[in-house]
Amino acid sequence: MRAAVIVFPGSNCDRDLAVALERSTGKPPVMVWHGDSELPDVDFIGIPGGFSYGDYLRCGAIAANSPIMRAVKQKAEAGVAVLGVCNGFQVLVETGLLPGALLRNASLKFACRDVRLSVESSDSVFTRRYNAGDVLTIPVAHHDGNYFIDDDGLKRLEDNGQVAFRYVEDTNPNGSLGNIAGVFDAKRRVLGLMPHPERVTEALVGGTDGKALFDSLVESL
Amino acid sequence: MAQRDVTPALAAEFGLKPDEYALVLEIMGRTPSLTELGIFSVMWSEHCSYKSSKVWLKTLPTKAPWVIQGPGENAGVIDIGDGQAAIFKMESHNHPSFIEPYQGAATGVGGIMRDVFTMGARPVANMNALRFGAPSHPKTRHLVNGVVAGIGGYGNCMGVPTVGGETNFHKAYNGNILVNAMTVGLADTDKIFYSAAAGIGFPVVYVGSKTGRDGIHGATMASTEFTEESEEKRPTVQVGDPFTEKLLLEACLELMREDAIVAIQDMGAAGLTSSSVEMCSKGGLGMVMDLDAVPQREENMDPYEIMLSESQERMLMILKPGSEERARAIFHKWELDFAVIGTLNDSGRLVITMHGGKVYADMEVAPLVDKAPEYKRPWEPTPAQPEIDAASVSLPGSVIDALKVLVACPDVASKRWIWEQYDSQVMGDTIARSGEADAALVRVHGTKKALAITTDVSPRYCQNDPVRGGMQAVVEAWRNISAAGGLPLAITDNMNFGNPEKPRIMGQFVGACQGMSEACIALDFPVVSGNVSLYNETEGTGILPTPAIGGVGILADASRHARIALDRDGLVLIAIGGKGAHVGASLYLRELHGREDGAPPAIDLKAERRNGELVRKAIEDGLVTVCHDVADGGLLVTIAEMCMAGKRGASLTLSDLGAGALFGEDQSRYVVAVTADTAETLLRRCGEAGVPAERIGTSGGVELTLAGAGAISVNELATLNEGWLPDYMSGKAA
Repeated sequence: MRAAVIVFPGSNCDRDLAVALERSTGKPPVMVWHGDSELPDVDFIGIPGGFSYGDYLRCGAIAANSPIMRAVKQKAEAGVAVLGVCNGFQVLVETGLLPGALLRNASLKFACRDVRLSVESSDSVFTRRYNAGDVLTIPVAHHDGNYFIDDDGLKRLEDNGQVAFRYVEDTNPNGSLGNIAGVFDAKRRVLGLMPHPERVTEALVGGTDGKALFDSLVESL
Repeated sequence: MAQRDVTPALAAEFGLKPDEYALVLEIMGRTPSLTELGIFSVMWSEHCSYKSSKVWLKTLPTKAPWVIQGPGENAGVIDIGDGQAAIFKMESHNHPSFIEPYQGAATGVGGIMRDVFTMGARPVANMNALRFGAPSHPKTRHLVNGVVAGIGGYGNCMGVPTVGGETNFHKAYNGNILVNAMTVGLADTDKIFYSAAAGIGFPVVYVGSKTGRDGIHGATMASTEFTEESEEKRPTVQVGDPFTEKLLLEACLELMREDAIVAIQDMGAAGLTSSSVEMCSKGGLGMVMDLDAVPQREENMDPYEIMLSESQERMLMILKPGSEERARAIFHKWELDFAVIGTLNDSGRLVITMHGGKVYADMEVAPLVDKAPEYKRPWEPTPAQPEIDAASVSLPGSVIDALKVLVACPDVASKRWIWEQYDSQVMGDTIARSGEADAALVRVHGTKKALAITTDVSPRYCQNDPVRGGMQAVVEAWRNISAAGGLPLAITDNMNFGNPEKPRIMGQFVGACQGMSEACIALDFPVVSGNVSLYNETEGTGILPTPAIGGVGILADASRHARIALDRDGLVLIAIGGKGAHVGASLYLRELHGREDGAPPAIDLKAERRNGELVRKAIEDGLVTVCHDVADGGLLVTIAEMCMAGKRGASLTLSDLGAGALFGEDQSRYVVAVTADTAETLLRRCGEAGVPAERIGTSGGVELTLAGAGAISVNELATLNEGWLPDYMSGKAA
């Protein structure tokens, strides 16, 4: 699997995502700067967490209009797998690659804590190494992760099986509608989620519940 | 600002005392210009000159074979082996945080991170030590809310994990909260950058944000007591932009990988003034700066404003000639300002021009630093308080009732509401936050080593006996690192005190320095950086003396560490270091009897070292993985915390159920939990080393049970412990 990680000014989980990818793929991903307008020939694109361009406006809104995101959109439409974590999820929603919106946490506070996540589907390049119904412990760390979508949109997501992960056991940290923590696009080649799987790929630092996501990608791509 | 005449009255308004202004006139040989007066006043402010504290700070031990750089640079540097260094410092942002808590705390975090990456280190961990007023004070809730959001807002955006700290409440901080922020960074020992200017004719370069009118005279504001009008000083508080600082961090580290920077200094307190003066002073050189070239955010700024602005996220560098364009390209890639604003010369003078070459300041550099006033202020020792006999303050009710009060009191209650607002895991190397282990553990990226980091001080001890209190703060930091399995290496100190012009307050400062020195020497735990914050007084009332200590240690093998959670049933609990008896200045006395008097616990530094070394060795050898030092609240609170962390009970059999044994805060003690087989080995080691050790119980069940004194479910303890702060912040509890 050839992987790329996009770096915006203000990205800060880019190294973490690269380390997690390398742990599964055995080689470092290509780091691609936001001002570039072309992507190398890759099978996977990761959009990391952080505060792209400071996120002083709506989170992810400026990044969604960067030169590199036009290239990411083209690759996604051509079937390249795209993962957005935290700020990356916000960027994917802002580009329209994923439906819905991420509002301010219901608590109005930044929340960094472990949540319990159920895997809603193992039928994707991201989740095949999990079983549907598995419950994972993965941390969140965000201020704006309150997933929202209108009624029709929610029905479409549920009917198409586009909900990838849900918060369970009363651990919803942000007030997300339907406890939604992560969603796929209609083809299940694009995944965005607020929790950070890249932070739990090693027992010494937090656990290993996120590792299967990266192993799934290696197996699939 | 409008041009103002320089008079003794203006000098007084700028904070210069009459004799200080007389010295300015003598040095200049003429009346200084407004810009020159501004430069003198900030350079000679308490905040920048350390004029009241320097004479005592010089007495602190600062050397050890592993110390690469002690106090005097932007941060301290210690060797952690394998060609790597840890670079760290703690700094206060007390005055601004009281006036404007969000921005005050945020820029405190931004400033300390800049101090660390100025030296070439990537910041890898933030800590903080916070003191607020009484929970019942009407401003406390607002201040907690703003400070915590500000710390999180800045650190989270920077992508540096905030891995721990401490938070206390006491009415002595009602009018002066303390916000002490610490950053630890990592660098290669051959890639450390210093601030001494060198190279005649070399360019002086300004990078980062533009200069605005914020923070003018911030350093002066931080050098006086608060009065009723202090809140009108809000314009002296800076506004932070963590996004720009993140760019500045990446741009600086990128440039530092090349051979371009001769010297670098961040613009913190007193901005362009102190950075340029300090670089020249350390290098013994002079500098001409043309302020027309300084990137400016606002129109019509004058030289006085530009020199005194404390706008954030700015750096001053001396570059090797010829490297300017390469450096400019890096800073422009990160969309930051880059401007050559001057050149170095051998004149020893600082010359400032603007408006097409007009000279606004022309002054010798050396006297700004060397002739800064240095006061040996009169001081009086703090009267000793009597030892308190534990038998005279027996339990007012049952043991369990006392425990319930202590786990829910503001100083012991869980600070989850605070630390969940900080990203503690970004960078992927956080092994434990402080609270999960006695020190925060952060892996050295790409290695099997880890840093152990802690912040400690017990202001109530310092109030009653500054010598013992200062000693205890250092010892507690050393003990916390040891209890997590780390080898303690060095400390940074953040000395927060009241008005040093009062002999009683100065006596607290002197006493704390004496106690700290003794402990540092006995434990080979030198001071490598620090910061002093004086004048923490409002309307004549001072804070508790608070010499906050930030300690750093190293674990050779990160997998060999200890956490506090009782993580399995059937472990044997062993108390190491002897039995408690001391209740003076304890939490027990304060929370159960409403008394804050009494001598704090004495410390036997030899026993401290012996006990700590035994515990650390046991962790390194893999015998011990569960360990918690006995601190606030004494033995029973310590064990309750271990139970709550492990969501598991314990059954204790203690020979003494008196208040001293259960809640005394005698020092140099630990509780460890080990398997039955290991217990024999550990007790034998203790016996051989002459360290008192005793089996006191076993882990398991859902209750904490004390034979002969009742039981309480761990769930109930956790509800009490977790409940206080969120209830308080939502207005449910006082």
